[in-house]
Amino acid sequence: MSTELNLTLQIWRQDGPLDDGHFETYSAAGISEDMSFLEMLDIVNEGLIQDGKVPIEFDHDCREGICGTCSLMINGQAHGQEKATTTCQLHMRKFNDGETIVVEPFRARAFPVVRDLVVDRSAFDRIIEAGGYISVNTGAASDANLTPVPKEASDTSFDAAACIGCGACVAACPNSAAQLFTSAKLGHLNLIPQGQSQRFERTESMVETMESFFGSCTNHGECHEACPKEISLDFIAFMNRDYVKAKVKNRKLAGQT
Amino acid sequence: MTVLDSKIPEGPIGEKWENHKFSVKLVNPNNKRRFEIIVIGTGLAGASAAASLSELGYRVKVFTFHDSPRRAHSIAAQGGINAAKNYTNDGDSVHRLFYDTVKGGDYRSREANVHRLAEVSVNIIDQAAAQGVPFAREYGGLLDNRSFGGAQVSRTFYARGQTGQQLLLGAYQALAKQITAGSVELHTRTELLDVVLKDGRACGVVTRDLVSGEVRSHSSHAVVLATGGYGNVYYLSTNAMACNVTAAWRAHRKGAFFANACYTQIHPTCIPASDEFQSKLTLMSESLRNDGRIWVPEAFDEARPPDQIPESDRDYYLERKYPAFGNLVPRDVASRNSKTVVDQGKGVGPIKNGVYLDFGAVIERDGEEVVRSKYGNLFDMYERITGENPYKVPMRIYPATHYTMGGVWVDYNLMTTIPGCYAIGEANFSDHGANRLGASALMQGLADGYFVLPYTIGDDLAGRLGEAPVSTDDPVFVEAEAAVKSQVDRFLSIGGTRSVDWFHRELGKIVWDYIGMERTKEGLEKALSEIPALEEEFWKDLRLPGSAATLNSGLEKAGRVADFFELAKLMARDALDREESCGGHFRAEHQTEEGEAKRDDENFAHVAAWEWNGSGSVQTRHKEELTFENVALTQRSYK
Ligand SMILES: Cc1cc2nc3c(=O)[nH]c(=O)nc-3n(C[C@H](O)[C@H](O)[C@H](O)COP(=O)(O)OP(=O)(O)OC[C@H]3O[C@@H](n4cnc5c(N)ncnc54)[C@H](O)[C@@H]3O)c2cc1C
Ligand code: SF4
Ligand code: FES
Repeated sequence: MSTELNLTLQIWRQDGPLDDGHFETYSAAGISEDMSFLEMLDIVNEGLIQDGKVPIEFDHDCREGICGTCSLMINGQAHGQEKATTTCQLHMRKFNDGETIVVEPFRARAFPVVRDLVVDRSAFDRIIEAGGYISVNTGAASDANLTPVPKEASDTSFDAAACIGCGACVAACPNSAAQLFTSAKLGHLNLIPQGQSQRFERTESMVETMESFFGSCTNHGECHEACPKEISLDFIAFMNRDYVKAKVKNRKLAGQT
Repeated sequence: MTVLDSKIPEGPIGEKWENHKFSVKLVNPNNKRRFEIIVIGTGLAGASAAASLSELGYRVKVFTFHDSPRRAHSIAAQGGINAAKNYTNDGDSVHRLFYDTVKGGDYRSREANVHRLAEVSVNIIDQAAAQGVPFAREYGGLLDNRSFGGAQVSRTFYARGQTGQQLLLGAYQALAKQITAGSVELHTRTELLDVVLKDGRACGVVTRDLVSGEVRSHSSHAVVLATGGYGNVYYLSTNAMACNVTAAWRAHRKGAFFANACYTQIHPTCIPASDEFQSKLTLMSESLRNDGRIWVPEAFDEARPPDQIPESDRDYYLERKYPAFGNLVPRDVASRNSKTVVDQGKGVGPIKNGVYLDFGAVIERDGEEVVRSKYGNLFDMYERITGENPYKVPMRIYPATHYTMGGVWVDYNLMTTIPGCYAIGEANFSDHGANRLGASALMQGLADGYFVLPYTIGDDLAGRLGEAPVSTDDPVFVEAEAAVKSQVDRFLSIGGTRSVDWFHRELGKIVWDYIGMERTKEGLEKALSEIPALEEEFWKDLRLPGSAATLNSGLEKAGRVADFFELAKLMARDALDREESCGGHFRAEHQTEEGEAKRDDENFAHVAAWEWNGSGSVQTRHKEELTFENVALTQRSYK
């Protein structure tokens, strides 16, 4: 049968983007080890409501590790200490009885706090809107098997496409850089035949949009450590190469017109 | 009495869609930008529709309560998407996909819609592949297929265990392209709280900004609801936490008929709940049934761990009862059989609420590595959640609510009974009859959004050229905004003792017990007395701290749970009136001698579409008769 944990929580509370936040201490008693971390927070919230207090806001939706909505810095680590695991998939059996757990929002200049543990990650959408797509209108596609994609390219592209857009890479980075996220999308689209015609235009535009929101990369590699989908740092190298090429190519093309 | 006009086109089944496309009115390309369309939802259906409509030139506003379009619940689909490509040369065709879907839906869907779905299925794969969706490929670089959910042909395209995510990213990217082009306006963290009508037509919506609390009107020439299914009425389901019926329900209250509310799908392979605090259930992909064998101990009081129970003391009940299909029987059949054995007291696990899904035989035959390469992700996920290693100990599974076939009634053009208001994707009732086949929801959502609505919406709009959208200062908007605000204030002022989640959980228990896998007259009548009692308590005893002027997820949930109460009553009524068993709707009183669902085609080969008559009175039940000209009605048999 499952054992129970008694925990102390230090949780960041903040009313809105412009307010100063602060930590509050809560106790969570009788937590079953089979619960997920978010279910533990549900219980804390239920207790707060019983006491007539305002519950803690945190982002979540699928609770299956795929939608990228959940976040949280748990004891200073994005999505907690478990490798390749989102907060919603982290279970209480990974914690010890009597432990104190510190819970904060993902912090970055480009991710302002909305309330408590909820942050605004819409800067990621702006990066995608800058070119993270292949321009094919509905109805314009030819038969899918007319464009074979070498399995290796397809598999590597897939490894990049597995990014769930959670933002842990940014939160973990000392510079709040978004290289891993951006390179994941570029790796997805730039490696396959369908993505070639806009490859360099896309790279230049996405990288520059990224830079307008986020800090610069100084190769710490913390992003990869925190990433629940284990997106490889190789994609950052690939993006950097494509960016240099893009600068040269796009300039040449501009000269031709 | 309103007569439902399904607008099914004339002609032989294979020509209906072609004929219809030719006969619908077109909006001239230059005139399209004079029309404003509101799309609610950015899942597969909403994102694909919003992108495609704006590519055609319409001006589109799109809304989602998520913080990004990419987070819609569609992201969670694992298994795959069907299409009648016949790339595997194993005898698939548009006609076979059509036939399988009508049969799988237990003959309760519209033939014409299903045929159209099968026809456009092939275009979806082309579109998605061109967008860069990384479908699985073979060594030659061509697309790979697998057989899924008991289909006799390999027509399912897949992207590892993330087909939904990859397809949604494709649609989201198409949407992003249109946002950049300036023809789609995106509103995130914004929830629709009412559909507004003027002179009987949809003229816009009222929304609430979930961060600032601002209540606002938006007007348009058409409103498209792509807001997903209502499985969370059961509280525990495989749906994402925020899935809800609110948009569909508020449209229902404004005149959109709600169809077949009792058709809900219970998926057989989910991880059983571990305790009372469980917040959601996790699906284990159906593909596991290709290799896993389902069993329970023969003995009621079995106490041995599974590896010490010899073959002779195990009951592989699906293989025993259905020798032809075995572990691959359709979802409803597999689910009901699990319930039977667990109810008999043969359940496994700490609280005896599951059955074993055992990979022992295939691991012995093919080795652990082969199994890992096929199912590694799923096995890891199982271990993360349960703390048990499924390579060593059989998985435990139990059915959970997964999908809702019922939804807003729509005609062949996907228009609801409110002129100018459309419903697409899981939110409508259209294509799956009483039971949905695996890998067919993604297909339907994308068919509706990419290839059906963009054609059919013009039929209504073409006649309205020159009409300006209704001003948001119009009394219809002012009144709707006031009603939304007053509901918000009401929730905050009740000052009771119980949380929203408490009420939701209690409601879920009633719905699961009486409107779940097996329904009886007696149980449904109980539901119809218990739900209103709990609902009354909700409005008296809800405690909702916080304010309406900041992010307040409790407040969001309160509105959704209020709508779930009303929906649950309709589900019970719909189930009570449908005196037959079909697909996901199993009435214990109507079964064959072998315990299978027994349809009553003479009296119930129809869609039940319910018309709202105001709070306090019961909805009116309308019938849309279904005719089957191309598929003969037979008793499903998987023996
Ligand atoms: C775990 C799981 C696995 C699945 N696997 C498969 C599979 O392998 N194959 C398959 O075919 N199907 C599968 N399904 C089913 C399929 O995923 C869904 O039916 C489908 O994705 C629904 O898409 P949709 O676009 O209709 O709705 P959703 O994706 O649910 O999108 C709804 C959208 O509407 C928005 N919304 C809702 N209400 C409001 C409101 N009031 N105001 C503003 N916005 C609102 C939401 O924010 C969201 O953007 C699976 C389902 C689950 C639960
Ligand atoms: S790269 Fe990894 S950490 Fe960053 S957003 Fe994607 S999944 Fe999250
Ligand atoms: S809630 Fe979806 S990834 Fe965690």
